[in-house]
Amino acid sequence: MDKHKSTEKPEKELSSESRRDFLKTTSILTAIAVAPATVAKAAEFNLGEKMSTAFETTPVNLTVNGVKKQLNLEPRATLLDTLREQLDLTGTKKGCDYGQCGACTVHVNGQRVLSCLSLAIMHEGQEVTTIEGLAKGQELHPMQQAFIKHDGFQCGYCTPGQIMSAVACIQEGHANNEADIKEFMSGNICRCGAYPNIVKAIQEVKNGGRKS
Amino acid sequence: MTEAFFDKKDYKPLDRVDGRLKVTGTARYSAEYALPNMAYAVLVGSSIAKGTIKSIDSKAAERAPGVLAVISHLNAIKVPGYQPKGEHPSEPSTQGQPLRVFFDNKIVSNDQPIVAVVATSFEKARHAATLVKIQYHKEEHQTNLEANSEKAVLPASGKKNPKSPTADYDRGQKDAFESAAVKFEAEYVLPTEVHNPMELQAITAHWEADDKLTVYDKVQGTKMTQKNFAKEWNIPEANVKCIATFVGGAFGNGLHNWPHETAAIIAAKQVKRPVKLVLTREQMFTMVGYRPRTWQKIQIGASKDGKLVAINHQSIGQTSSYEEFTESTLQQTRMMYASPNVSTRYRILPLNVATPIWMRGPGEATGAFALESAMDEVAHAIGMDPVDFRLLNYTESDPDKNMPWSTKYLRECYEEGKKRIGWENRKLKPGLVRDGEWLVGYGMGTGTFGANRNSATVHAALDREGNLVMHCAITDIGPGTGTAMVQIASNTTGISTGNITFHLGSSEFPNAGLQGGSSTVNSVGPAVLAACNALKEQLITMAAAKGNTAFSSAKPDDLMIDNNELQLGGKSSKTTLGDLFKQNNMEKIETTNESKPDENRNKYSMNAFSMHFAKVHVHPFTGQVQVKKIVCCADAGTIVSPKTAASQMIGGATGGIGMALTEDAVMDHRFGRYVTKDFADYHVPVNADVPEIDVYFVNKPDLLADPVGSKGLGEIAIIGVAPAIGNAVFNATGKRIRELPITPDKLI
Repeated sequence: MDKHKSTEKPEKELSSESRRDFLKTTSILTAIAVAPATVAKAAEFNLGEKMSTAFETTPVNLTVNGVKKQLNLEPRATLLDTLREQLDLTGTKKGCDYGQCGACTVHVNGQRVLSCLSLAIMHEGQEVTTIEGLAKGQELHPMQQAFIKHDGFQCGYCTPGQIMSAVACIQEGHANNEADIKEFMSGNICRCGAYPNIVKAIQEVKNGGRKS
Repeated sequence: MTEAFFDKKDYKPLDRVDGRLKVTGTARYSAEYALPNMAYAVLVGSSIAKGTIKSIDSKAAERAPGVLAVISHLNAIKVPGYQPKGEHPSEPSTQGQPLRVFFDNKIVSNDQPIVAVVATSFEKARHAATLVKIQYHKEEHQTNLEANSEKAVLPASGKKNPKSPTADYDRGQKDAFESAAVKFEAEYVLPTEVHNPMELQAITAHWEADDKLTVYDKVQGTKMTQKNFAKEWNIPEANVKCIATFVGGAFGNGLHNWPHETAAIIAAKQVKRPVKLVLTREQMFTMVGYRPRTWQKIQIGASKDGKLVAINHQSIGQTSSYEEFTESTLQQTRMMYASPNVSTRYRILPLNVATPIWMRGPGEATGAFALESAMDEVAHAIGMDPVDFRLLNYTESDPDKNMPWSTKYLRECYEEGKKRIGWENRKLKPGLVRDGEWLVGYGMGTGTFGANRNSATVHAALDREGNLVMHCAITDIGPGTGTAMVQIASNTTGISTGNITFHLGSSEFPNAGLQGGSSTVNSVGPAVLAACNALKEQLITMAAAKGNTAFSSAKPDDLMIDNNELQLGGKSSKTTLGDLFKQNNMEKIETTNESKPDENRNKYSMNAFSMHFAKVHVHPFTGQVQVKKIVCCADAGTIVSPKTAASQMIGGATGGIGMALTEDAVMDHRFGRYVTKDFADYHVPVNADVPEIDVYFVNKPDLLADPVGSKGLGEIAIIGVAPAIGNAVFNATGKRIRELPITPDKLI
């Protein structure tokens, strides 16, 4: 509850309930708690959505692709769902929700993270980079260019995760030879089977000396 | 036959036209359309495989924050197209009647969708879904193929029509096998395999008006989907829009409209908001089809010098209790080799499971595992090189249809493949070649698939700046359809690929069939060609009408557009597009053209062929198999997009590695439920599993098949890969594994 008492009020990125709204709806909630079930049900139909949003959310500050975002999120919201459903950054993909496929790979403070296994509130104050934040304006990141050049994808669904992993793979120093690349890229599944081309793309960027 | 258009210019490798959208994360897939007031649906599946629903306690879920509706057969609005007698109105690609979601209390398979929880956020819907309590009247279920094989039946299509591909087939003498000098017999089992594209099946359903539906849907056919939902909701087809601009892989599982799609549409109608429904990875195993577990028995009779005398091949594949799923498991056995006597028996076994659906190289990939493994076994038995054995039994015409091939360049594939894999290093006797402590083996497998072609229509418009924009309803599940079509258009018109756009993936665009059965380039390609030629004719007419006599006798083939200038017979006509449009006072010209299969299909047997060679290492103590190299050789006609085509072959080989070594959907028959239900248990190949894959295309056009000369690629990319690996494992170890996947426990 302490978090709701914060007096700071930075610019909001998304519609969210203020503290006043919270107090207002809390009192309604209290009223509902002592009301008969039918009344509560009726109240829910009219107000439930707004109330629960205010009641269950927590303020979270993230920097996403260099932009500061103040969000009010349910604590159970994953970073992945937050990016996709709240921020409309759908480049980060949901492939399994269990951290088994790598499609949701993003960078948090420069390291690759499976955003489906990570709650958004765990990243308070941290810097998140998604595939949408990799290019510099119209200029593609060398890894994006290399994926196009070597046809490192077909359907394109695993591609953002592959590219985020590939960039991190070089930064981690895990791209020194083909065997290493294959091993350290094996957390990113490509069902279309573009693996050999993905390896070629990474080797080209590595050998081109471009690491970021 | 007119002069082939591809002679004018070779097809060069081209970066994917949608590559930039895909590498920047801006390509939008079905669950990625942000509609105002979106609601989220989560499906609850049954926990029994057969029975009825006794009760659904949804009180807690309904009261959970943000929940808009808990929908089941108890309160779902009536779907107007549902028929009272167990019929679903759609025209399923399978035989039988697709499941009618939320229709009644019957449970026909485990994890059948029976409740949809709809809420204002995904988190709320997911949580509330856990609060739904369901009680059942459980009945005894049957999910075990082997235990029930006695109950296998001839599919209805085979019963009805003795000429149906599923009907019993006999060529020559039925008992010829018995008197053959060399007799070989074996059984092969292919487990259930699951498509598992990386994109989870997803739909966003939006009723824009009471009788107007838009779906953003992960499907392989936008027109099929439009038609099915129009029937289901009893509204005009024009009122249904299906958008599938990007499809994150499918491999066949988008060839059918599934219950979750209707569930989302019902939910959207019921809560009066757009509804997004994304399946979980577990639900991908139970709700959107799979390659069915299939048992096969094969008998091959041969003379001592290796001439085939007889092949008898039978198979039993599982299907659901409500739809008859069939695939062409035995077709290639009838036509691949010059055996005078061939008998096939195709059976299906209805079980209390969900309906299968064609998975890449459907049927043929299953059948090829048995046929190509058995061919290897016979070659070994008579001491022949397996390639020589196949060449000895090579057939120059289709022995099944009794027609000449339109084209067949499989010999080139054998020769080139042998060179590239280093076949000369293979020893006839298994277990003789080593690399350090590893056993080394070489194997090969042949594949074939029909050069299918459907009718397709393309709209094309050319403006005065030389921009060519085309539209077609076809989808692209990954092979690079847009890229291939842009290349065909560029080669036909001379317009540079950068000035050509191909819009696809919407039912609003001109008609095309499904992206399936390796038919897209063969079907849509000719429509692109026709549209481009029609535009060229218009340009010629326009130029001739303005007194340019050079154009008066010109034909579309004579005309090319080079940098906005019209060229005739390779020479400048000194006329630019801009001038011509200006003279005619026009902004753009446009055309809509349909292209259909022609009568050549009645005169020739049309097939694409492939040849896969594999080199494997097998560890003698751990049984670990490492695929060291795969060579893919394809006779697929004209290759219009060399870069994306090569990727498709690599992808098919990768799928084949999965078939051969890792993929196995294991069911616990006590519950009729899969125990492998995510990527931790169901192993698809990862980067470290996939070696160098060398691709060779014969690249000779088949102009009898279609005017582009293409025979299709998607299926032959995988057919034959699994037996090639299995045969290589045998060559390395002397151990023959007849039940896939070849896991270490089977080798030690």
